[in-house]
Amino acid sequence: MKLVVAIIRPDRLNAVLEELYKADVQGVSISRVQGHGGEREHVETYRGTTVKMGLSEKVRLEIGVSNHFVQPTVSAVVRAARTGVVGDGKIFVLPVEKVYRIRTGEEDQQAVTPVGVPAHTLSSGTEASSSTSPR
Amino acid sequence: MNRADTAWMLISTALVLLMTPALAFFYGGLVRSKNALNTMMMSFAALGAVGLAWALFGYSLAFAPGSPFVGGTAHVLLRHVGLEAKGAIPHVLFMCYQGTFAIVTAALVSGAVVERMRFQAYLLFLVLWSLVVYGPVAHWVWGGGFLASFGALDFAGGTVVHVNAAVAALVAATIVGPRKDFARQAFLPHNVPFTLLGAGLLWFGWFGFNAGSALEASPIAVVAFAATMLAPAATLVVWTLLDLVRDGKVTAVGAATGIVVGLVAVTPAAGYISPSSAILLGAIAAFPSYYGLVFRVRTRLDDSLDVVAAHGVGGTVGALLTGVFAEKAWNGTVNGLAFGNARQVGIQAFAVLITIAYSAVATFVVLKVVGALVLLRADRLDEGLGLDVSQHGEEAYAEGEGAILILHDGDTETPALAPSATLGGES
Repeated sequence: MKLVVAIIRPDRLNAVLEELYKADVQGVSISRVQGHGGEREHVETYRGTTVKMGLSEKVRLEIGVSNHFVQPTVSAVVRAARTGVVGDGKIFVLPVEKVYRIRTGEEDQQAVTPVGVPAHTLSSGTEASSSTSPR
Repeated sequence: MNRADTAWMLISTALVLLMTPALAFFYGGLVRSKNALNTMMMSFAALGAVGLAWALFGYSLAFAPGSPFVGGTAHVLLRHVGLEAKGAIPHVLFMCYQGTFAIVTAALVSGAVVERMRFQAYLLFLVLWSLVVYGPVAHWVWGGGFLASFGALDFAGGTVVHVNAAVAALVAATIVGPRKDFARQAFLPHNVPFTLLGAGLLWFGWFGFNAGSALEASPIAVVAFAATMLAPAATLVVWTLLDLVRDGKVTAVGAATGIVVGLVAVTPAAGYISPSSAILLGAIAAFPSYYGLVFRVRTRLDDSLDVVAAHGVGGTVGALLTGVFAEKAWNGTVNGLAFGNARQVGIQAFAVLITIAYSAVATFVVLKVVGALVLLRADRLDEGLGLDVSQHGEEAYAEGEGAILILHDGDTETPALAPSATLGGES
């Protein structure tokens, strides 16, 4: 299993969620974060005070997926989040040691498989499968 | 007395009282979120503390017959303040109307000491200041004191209210000292919409402040009303243009500030000048305050919400321009420089200087007395935590997450934790 962490522009969030949905990626957590990358700071003025805003608003998505679903997930995020201007964000793919589903106690592969999809149908040899296969 | 005058003054009194909550929003929006309640309470507290001090003592000091410098004690504890005529309206209504001025003037000073002054010290200062500083100065101009007999024009309080409050603010900011990260960190307004709301409500209330200062429903009230509408409009337009020239963007905080500066500047002039002079006055008044604001942040003075630049500079400019634009054809009594009476500008300048001198010295003494009795400042940790939590035990924007209910046990003095909270960890 992998954890895909994507930092994106807040205004691309809806488009990214839509692409993920089309790619059958169903489990995602988001949080609002602030960060600094290579983009130019914007300047704000309040009465006599002028400030350069060093941190920009971003949205952070965390998606736990099985190995063969990493690429479709990453592609979906890139498709929707890319504007071509500095500040589009980053995607990190991290190894995951263990996953538990709290409701059932299921572990690992089964725990990141959406409800209703038997885990054995995607157990092996389907790494290059199309986006229609459940993750 | 007639009922039309009384009706208008009843409305005006309520309008001016609304200016203090309006000021709470204006100031409250300009501070950081951790100090929002404290800043707003500094204005709200004046409604109670100064309102009461005024009724019990302040009114007498300002308006009871006395010397040219301070009123007497004839009206202490509201003695002999009844329904008899005071000018065109009942005496007790006159007392209420003037009380709303005392309240908002004292609240104005708070803008210089927000985000670090201890609330108890502030309350004590507020009450003493309204009695020792505001009362006598109001007497000089409106209570039959020496500035009135000298011929100084101050229709609704350019010097009494705005210059007076701004000088007190300057002294208070100096004595209380700057906020702990002043000039090292940027302090940004946490809610600019509040500030716009406050500015709008201030303008609304200011019609009572200026047009009500005619103390009757007369043509003079109409002159003042027109000036109160037109001068801030002109200031706002010029402020907008200055913003555009400075960095190509029209700011909302700037718009709110420009409105207040225009209102301040027209206050002493309102009932004395023609509507077209009001436009000119408002436009001129934008410049000194605008550049005063830009200049202030480069100094060591932490007049946090720029009371001096807005009210001090604006009030002084307004007081002087009153001496320029006063027009007998509109006010029926006196002309200014533009209509051949150059002497009036000198009188106006004298009134401003006297007010500055007295307010500076008296505010200094009041603050030293308060400082000798209680600590003026919150300590550094409390300041860092925010005055909402440290002074009031509340937050403006509490999340509620992680809040564990403490149950008060009927038998013991010590509060006990609710059983369900024990899962959350230590108490």
